[in-house]
Amino acid sequence: MPDTIHPNGLEDQVDEFEIAVPSPPELMRRRAKSHRGFIIGGSVVLFFLAVAVFAPVLAPYGPYDQELTKRLIPPVWDAAKGTWDHPFGTDALGRDYLTRLMYGAQISLMIGFFAAAVSAIVGSTIGMIGGYFGGRVDNFIMYLINVKLALPGLLVALSLVSVFGGSILALILILSFLFWDRYAVVTRSVTQQIRVNDYITAAQALGTSRTRIIIGEVLPNVMNQIIVIASLEMAVAIIVEAALSFLGLGVQPPTPSWGLLLSEGRSYMFFMPYLINFPGLAIFFLVISINMMGDGIRDITAPEGRN
Amino acid sequence: MAKFLLHRLYIAILVAITVSVIAFSLLRLSGDLAAELAGEDASEEEIAQTAKQYGLDRPLYVQYFDWAGDALTGDLGRSLFTNEPVVEMIFERIGVTIKLALYAIFVSLIVAIPLGVLASVRPNTLIDRMALGIAVFGQAIPNFYFALLLILLFAVNLRWLPISGNDSFANFILPAFTLGLGAMPQFMRLTRSGMLDVLDSDFIRTARAKGLNPRRVLFKHALRNAILPIVSLMAVVLGFLLGGTVIIESIFALNGVGFLAFESIMRQDFPVVQSIVFILSLSYIVLTLLSDLINAQLDPRIRLG
Repeated sequence: MPDTIHPNGLEDQVDEFEIAVPSPPELMRRRAKSHRGFIIGGSVVLFFLAVAVFAPVLAPYGPYDQELTKRLIPPVWDAAKGTWDHPFGTDALGRDYLTRLMYGAQISLMIGFFAAAVSAIVGSTIGMIGGYFGGRVDNFIMYLINVKLALPGLLVALSLVSVFGGSILALILILSFLFWDRYAVVTRSVTQQIRVNDYITAAQALGTSRTRIIIGEVLPNVMNQIIVIASLEMAVAIIVEAALSFLGLGVQPPTPSWGLLLSEGRSYMFFMPYLINFPGLAIFFLVISINMMGDGIRDITAPEGRN
Repeated sequence: MAKFLLHRLYIAILVAITVSVIAFSLLRLSGDLAAELAGEDASEEEIAQTAKQYGLDRPLYVQYFDWAGDALTGDLGRSLFTNEPVVEMIFERIGVTIKLALYAIFVSLIVAIPLGVLASVRPNTLIDRMALGIAVFGQAIPNFYFALLLILLFAVNLRWLPISGNDSFANFILPAFTLGLGAMPQFMRLTRSGMLDVLDSDFIRTARAKGLNPRRVLFKHALRNAILPIVSLMAVVLGFLLGGTVIIESIFALNGVGFLAFESIMRQDFPVVQSIVFILSLSYIVLTLLSDLINAQLDPRIRLG
């Protein structure tokens, strides 16, 4: 017995022939569920995020607790000297290595995320303005992008850190300066393509302000690309932060940045290779999983853009 | 062609001038360079004297035009620490960096092109997945960590290669391999996607239908067309590598421009830093200009469009 009875009594037939078309969000959800790279990458990123957030609760010691009598204890699987008190061993100052690695995840994720986010905001704004207005404005923006591309990024970043210091805020802003150009290039060309669409013309005819058109009509159309670039740039930002800290011109000791752990462990790496392997592998796994997640987001939001 | 050339040249010059201003201001952003050079417990008098000695008491624009004017005549000033002319310091070391960058590109191309071709011929097979896996690995491993691993394996455990120095070819193998692995994924992906596009086109189908040797079709017809974007990417990567060798040069103690830049940044030797940043930017501008011109020459659609 149907719940409602239609006057023509054809309801059952109509239902039978109706083809359920899944909505775009539903399609994306389905693609996400069957995308192995996205699921694996996303899970590992979530794992690192959980470690970072709950480090104060999970870590067995404080990140700066030193015990000079317990210097350079090897990890627990070293049969002779390993101990469960320090599962990943200790560093040259007797600090628990597992604890320092867990707090290091905070630094990497925080700097990576905010550098990607700030550069996304700056870069896409620049790109959308250039793409939407065209003409002289666009020429000026192309010129800005060319200047950015010509500068040796790492050297400029090193110089800026040497001037402004290695605070986390300074690093986020300096790294954002390194990464805004790709957002600008991509959003600019996408904006150029959608600028000619009827719904933009309609909005213009209605007298909508340019700012509102860019935010309300253009931005939603470039959002997917921005998210994809952001995830990939976040991975690069994490590597560059580690590189700067490795060179001694990034996060300053004793803050436990993975790059700093690597450079501190370098003097002992011949006898205690775990001191470079733990932070090195931590960076590697975080970066590779963010990349897998980013590639996944691209496939899920725009499956035609593969290869 | 002349119009295209002039327009490109005009933009290149404009960018070069801007870059020179940025390079000039980089270390001056600290505000008081003289105070930093004079040392932490210098008196006001000493700071004023330092400022006068290096001409830092003059207005910034005067200092800039002074430097830029000298730079046009090939004089980039002297290092604050060794008092050597900066031009000489850079030219002594740029050979090492160029060699390293070229070796690195060579390493990445001999891996990337065959892998990319193989992956494109058999898309979505085991070979394709392996190629992609190598690319993903190359993209994710931090090169300073990879460099340390190579040192542990080849220099310490196996004792095949030296740890540091820049006297012989052997010194360049590990650093070139490290940098090459980082540049490889972009080349691999570009070869693969370029080859996939070309292999799908009509003239390849025709060539195959004519019964030409498949290997000949692949390498002579297809790869030739797919290689174009790789040439332009090479210019970009070369420009990037010239400025991106800082870390690798300092790990392997290669005495190149990257290492010089790093040392100079650490000791606020601003004449050296601004000159290196400027010269590297300039070489990038020239390289991309050249690759644009080569592409325009090869593809009329670019220069006429």
